[in-house]
This record gives sequence, C-alpha cells and structure tokens, in this order.
Amino acid sequence: MLPILQIGPLALPLPALSIILAFWVGLSITEKLSPSRGLSAETMYNLAFTGLLTGLLGARLGYVFLYPKAFIQSPLSFFSLNPGLLDTSTGVVFMLLGVLIFGQLAKLPLLKTLDTLTPFLAILSIGLAISHIASGEAFGSITSLPWGIDLWGARRHPTQIYELFSSILILVVISIKFEEKSNHGTQFFLFWALMAADRLFFEAFRGDSLTIAGGLRSVQIIAWIVLFLALFILDKIQPKLKKNKREQDGQNSDQRPKS
Amino acid sequence: MKFPQPFGARLLYGLILVLGIIWIKVSAVPANTLKNESIPSPQTGFSAPDFTLKTLEGKSITLSDLRGKAVLVNIWASWCPPCRAEMPDIQKAYQTYQSKGFIVLAVDSTFQDKLPDAAAFVEELQLSFPILVDDRGLVTKLYRVQSLPSSFFIGPDGIIKEVVIGGPMADALLISRIENLIKDIP
Repeated sequence: MLPILQIGPLALPLPALSIILAFWVGLSITEKLSPSRGLSAETMYNLAFTGLLTGLLGARLGYVFLYPKAFIQSPLSFFSLNPGLLDTSTGVVFMLLGVLIFGQLAKLPLLKTLDTLTPFLAILSIGLAISHIASGEAFGSITSLPWGIDLWGARRHPTQIYELFSSILILVVISIKFEEKSNHGTQFFLFWALMAADRLFFEAFRGDSLTIAGGLRSVQIIAWIVLFLALFILDKIQPKLKKNKREQDGQNSDQRPKS
Repeated sequence: MKFPQPFGARLLYGLILVLGIIWIKVSAVPANTLKNESIPSPQTGFSAPDFTLKTLEGKSITLSDLRGKAVLVNIWASWCPPCRAEMPDIQKAYQTYQSKGFIVLAVDSTFQDKLPDAAAFVEELQLSFPILVDDRGLVTKLYRVQSLPSSFFIGPDGIIKEVVIGGPMADALLISRIENLIKDIP
C-alpha cells in the first residue's frame, strides 16, 4: 500500500495517477483501433473527453446539490481541484448523458462505438485495481490462508490483487478476435458479462461489503442483475449471427453456377 | 475464435446465473463476523486508534475521552506549506461548529518538526483548538502517516468516517465532512 509517493517536496497521489495513466493508455488504444473499425479516431477521442468533462461537471454539481450549505459559505470551492468534492453517481449519469448526446450529434453507430470503447473500459478497470492496491481500499475479509496479506489490523484476502489479475484476464478475453460475422455489441456486452461475473465471484472475499437482509452482499445482487442483462443481450445478438449466416449461405448458393 | 452458438450458449448462461444465485447465498456475510468497527486501524470504517498526547500547554488529551463528539485529527508540521495553508480554514470551521460538538485535535508531528516553530505558527494564526505534541512520532506512526497533512474525520461513535491524505483541504470539503459528522451526534 502506497497512497502517496513522496519525491522530495512533491507528493504524488498514486491511486489518482494510476487511473489517469489508465485513461491515457486506454484512449491511445481506442484511437488506434478506431480506423480499423470504420470510426474516426478524432471523433472517438472527442467522445471520451466529452464523457470525462461532463462526468466531472456532473460529479461536482451533484456534490453541490448534496451539500449546498458548504458552497454557500465557500462559493469558490466549486472550482476546487479536490477530488473529495465529487459525487460519483451523479457524475456517471452526466457522463452517460454527455456521451449519448455527443454520439447522437456525431451520428456514431451505437453498438460499433461501444465495441470500440470496450478495451478502453477494460484498461480503466485495470487502472482502478492498481489504484486499490495503492490506497488499500476495496480490502479483503479476514483469512488464515497462506497468501493472506497484513492490512488494516488483520490478515486479509489480497482482493486488490485478485481484482488486478481478473481485470487483466478480462482484457485478454475481450481482445480475442471473434469471427468477423460476430454482431456488433458482442465485445461490449461480453465485457460487461465478464465484469459482472468477476464482481459476483470476488465480492465474496471483500471485507468492506455493504450487506442487506441475511448478510447478502448488495454488490453481488447488482452484479447478478448486470450479468443477467448482459447475457440476455448477448443471447439476443447471437441468433442474428445464425440468421445472417443462413442468409449468406443462401446468397452463396444463388451465386453458384448452375450445372 | 468462435463465439458460443445459441443453444449451447443458453445452457451455459442459465448455468452461470443459477450458480451465481447459489454463490450469493453461500457467500453471505455470517452474523458472527468480526466487524471492521471493532478493529482499531487508520482507515475509513474502522475504529480510530486511541492515543494520549500532551498539548503545548502540557495538558493530556486522550482521543477515546472525546466519544460523543465529532473529531478531526489533523496531523501536520510547521514546515509543511499545505498544512499551513489549510489551518486558517480549520480554525474558522472550529469556531463555527465547536458549539455543535465538533473538536479539532491538531497533532504536530514534532519528531520531524521544531517545537518553537510550531508554537510560533499557532501563535501567529491564533489557533484556539488543542495542539498536541507528537514528539516521539507515536501517533504519526500509529496512523501510518505518509504525507502531511493527513486528516482523519472521526464520528461520535469513534469510527473513522473519512481520511484525507494531503492538502490543503478545500473549505467546502471541510464543511461538508463536518456537517456529515455532527448530524450523528445524539
């Protein structure tokens, strides 16, 4: 755990740095992938930045809405660079809205765009895992297993390491090139299915889970719902593959010279 | 690579979802699990590690004696620019919220500071909250401070609600965190 890297007078917050670095790497990869998928690299870059900016603005507005008194007493704090003054859920809603509006204006094909953004999301999740290793957040439950780590007053599951390895594995899986006939959206929804399955499984080893009745972990329930939706959409996408194939086979047999 | 075809895929998806439900049930948190709140550790959601230190005036203060109050433990040093920058806002917040049960324990990391410099800084800013002298670095080590300033917002139940590493804290951040803490005071 190393939340701050002190280099002389400079204190570098490693958790934030790892996310910024992941954003940059993910964006660079998206820019490289875009032309091969028939999308403009510049448009994809602008899309990602629109998402970032609307997300940050929304997160700050959400925080102001939650604590208006604090900003009435100190209006200039609205422009503070402090990440503690952000409300994540409002930020996510604004980011999605910003990306959707930009996508509509730029007339981007939805599923193809989502597929192109998938490696970016996978790399961001690796960045998040590294940030958890640095900050010691998302820590594990108490264990006596030999690979347990000493953290926060007890020997715990190294859930941050599990998270890192599983995120890398997900990136590898979604990078596998499925048949060209795979429908658009397959890569994106496969990513969400894998992410949800990952959270569903590894949340069981977390020591900071929010629980509901009977000790059930709320994140697992949300992950199960996301998994269900992602698999449902994958299932809906795939029959088209069969239909398309049949149509294509039909076309091929029509073109075959008649003997 | 070929993506799973519909019939096999549906079977696989169904199996995954059923296993998911079983896993949620199996991995539910048992009622007798040791709660984070009962473990002293300098992290959000854990019990604030207890300590006793002397103030600049020589009076002893123990953190656990302040149960029932909202406490900000701010670990600082006089040579640290962000520590100096955020102190006027902390003083202002203390004056505003003191009557509502908010207290500041400003722990001077004296083992890496000079006590006369710290005292001069306190005098200069007319700080009215207790300034604790950590001359052996016990609290700095106990709270695993890696960067100055480090702030720990502790609720009336003695649980750490928020850790802010580095500074200076924005005024609104300070106010919103204090507002959050004092609403839990019975």
